[in-house]
Amino acid sequence: MEKYKMHILICGGTGCRASASEAIQNNLQDAIKAKGLEDEVQVVMTGCFGFCEKGPIVKILPDNTFYVEVKPEDAEELIEEHIIKGRKVMRLLYVDPENKETISDSKHMGFYKKQIRIALRNCGFINPENVDEYIARDGYAALGKCLAEMTPQTVIDEIKESGLRGRGGGGFPTGLKWEFAAKNEADQKYVVCNADEGDPGAFMDRSILEGDPHSVLEAMAICGYTMGADKGVIYIRAEYPLAITRLKVAIKQAREYGLLGNDILGSGFNFDVEMRYGAGAFVCGEETALIHSMEGLRGEPTVKPPFPAESGYNGKPTNVNNVETFANIPVIINKGASWFNKIGSEKSKGTKVFALAGKINNVGLIEVPMGTTLREVIYEIGGGIKDGKKFKAVQTGGPSGGCLTEKHLDTPIDFDNLIAAGSMMGSGGMIVMDEDDCMVSMAKFYLEFTVEESCGKCTPCRVGNKRLHELLDKITLGNGTREDLDLLRNLSTVIKDTSLCGLGQTSPNPVLSTLENFYDEYISHVEDHKCAAGQCKALMQYVIDPELCVGCTLCSRNCPVDCIAGERKEAHVIDASKCIKCGACMEKCKFNAISIQ
Amino acid sequence: MAKIKLAKSKVDKLVEICKSFDNEGSELINVLHKAQETFGYLPAEVQEIIARELNVSVAHVYGVVTFYSFFSMVPKGEFPISICMGTACYVRGAEKVLEEFKRQLSVPVGETTEDGKFSISCLRCVGACGLAPVVTIGERVYGRVSAGDVADIIKEYQK
Repeated sequence: MEKYKMHILICGGTGCRASASEAIQNNLQDAIKAKGLEDEVQVVMTGCFGFCEKGPIVKILPDNTFYVEVKPEDAEELIEEHIIKGRKVMRLLYVDPENKETISDSKHMGFYKKQIRIALRNCGFINPENVDEYIARDGYAALGKCLAEMTPQTVIDEIKESGLRGRGGGGFPTGLKWEFAAKNEADQKYVVCNADEGDPGAFMDRSILEGDPHSVLEAMAICGYTMGADKGVIYIRAEYPLAITRLKVAIKQAREYGLLGNDILGSGFNFDVEMRYGAGAFVCGEETALIHSMEGLRGEPTVKPPFPAESGYNGKPTNVNNVETFANIPVIINKGASWFNKIGSEKSKGTKVFALAGKINNVGLIEVPMGTTLREVIYEIGGGIKDGKKFKAVQTGGPSGGCLTEKHLDTPIDFDNLIAAGSMMGSGGMIVMDEDDCMVSMAKFYLEFTVEESCGKCTPCRVGNKRLHELLDKITLGNGTREDLDLLRNLSTVIKDTSLCGLGQTSPNPVLSTLENFYDEYISHVEDHKCAAGQCKALMQYVIDPELCVGCTLCSRNCPVDCIAGERKEAHVIDASKCIKCGACMEKCKFNAISIQ
Repeated sequence: MAKIKLAKSKVDKLVEICKSFDNEGSELINVLHKAQETFGYLPAEVQEIIARELNVSVAHVYGVVTFYSFFSMVPKGEFPISICMGTACYVRGAEKVLEEFKRQLSVPVGETTEDGKFSISCLRCVGACGLAPVVTIGERVYGRVSAGDVADIIKEYQK
């Protein structure tokens, strides 16, 4: 990178690309060419910066200026002003929503201040399609160190001492898992990377693969060295085309550099990686199901034991870790277990990446030390609730997790505390909800997901979740009774206790946690037939306040079923019998005259 | 389901795909991915040929095709509309957007309009949660979509 005087980094994550970051890149390059600066300024498309809310992001080095919400047409001005005249383009800088101050360096922004980036260390810094940039940031140094200076057992001991636990949801100690796989003798063993990120609302694994694919390849090779495996397989969702492309490029480059393949770095150790594609099944995140899917079968889980460490892919000892877990490994080897285990809480070491989304001001990908409180995440990093609304709940752990409330805000986030609070870490999805979200509907939403994704192999999950969903549906339609609430609770417990795999064992969590924390809301649905959040269509009605309506006709023109009547400049009326409750009128009304009753 | 007759060139293409994976039964999912890429969907006839070539039962192939949501046995529309139903999009109103698409095009999820132009499907999280709710049509991504925008979006493709 040193040949250039200035570097312009553009976020090439999926979110920013959807907002035309490629066009920005092209325009910047054109503008640079027009000014004859090709030899001095380099434009690099990097992985995700994390601050998706303000995307597309453009960062200029060496002065670390962080531009937000950049549009393709801003490119010329950026080159003219910033690069040539050395003046920052003020209108594209981030403005602190609290004190209205303009901030140009990301490290002073509330969103980044509390973050420590280990797994995401290179995302937004390097060009993921250039192995040299990864190497320049200590890439493959850990693999070299392992092969040259450490025995497989000392590597395992280092990982054990670091306290690293699986980041895919289970939280099982990684070093221990490696040790099991290492102890089983076999002629062939496998290292598998689980990149089947199915939790809706979680996109950390994809961002790591898109922004820093080599970190995963390096860690897989290290894992292969410890357990005596020469084959690695990445099982990735077919829905992640960009991550697949970047991985393919990375594998090719690593082979060319002798970092994958035979006799790596002259050590005599052989290791190569291939890819397998998922085809859209949430249950394939479970390791036995994932292995069956890799074998070309339906992705159904099987009873453990035998664990994959004994009999996994093709019946051979197999170690499965998730993307984020792998991304931590090179740093632990380079900086040492004692550095890593100082970060985090007593039983959960290191950091965790969360995908912060929902009704929050700063949607994005964050990485914080374990033990950070929900309040810090939601208010300091997340910038609080959107549109000044009231915080209601935060859902962690996706469809397997639960909703946490106001009273949990000061709970330090780690594996054990989240379970004690009735939720779980999961893969790190964190969805914030406000007063307009109905918790019964939320539980129903998750059950809909589980019903669709249940593989059907065991009865409690296949049939039980379906019955749970029907009960919730009945309640949101206003036909529920108090007995139904007891039934919900009982059935949930049975499903948890009797299901075969992690999917069924956790799928009732959204129901149980909302019953526990929002029982009043369930009661008002079944007894008063009211949905305070105004989300349950059957229980609500749109009305126009004649005092506030000015008769602009905007609502009636936008009503898809023509159920709003009224003359110009006179108050309008909604015909409740024809209304399909789509909410288009309320959305269009500029006078706040339409409300839900 | 109506039977279709595959042209010989297409049969040859399928045989070739299977061969590129050494006619290995364990490569079934990879073969299906390639076949769907080529044909757009996986009708019964395609599955029968794959079963024959890989020397597995048609029931096994059908079992795998129907297990995974990525595989489809019906052709998608010329402009496949996907509404993200990930949690982040859901809490920001994706359901209303979906309802509006269904209503305006008069087709349920998973089906294609009679003229073959549009099909509607739901997907789980494209990872652009900052733009929620998200709708994709082909390669194009629409962010921060509301029910009120639906008519305009459809219009873009009706010319």
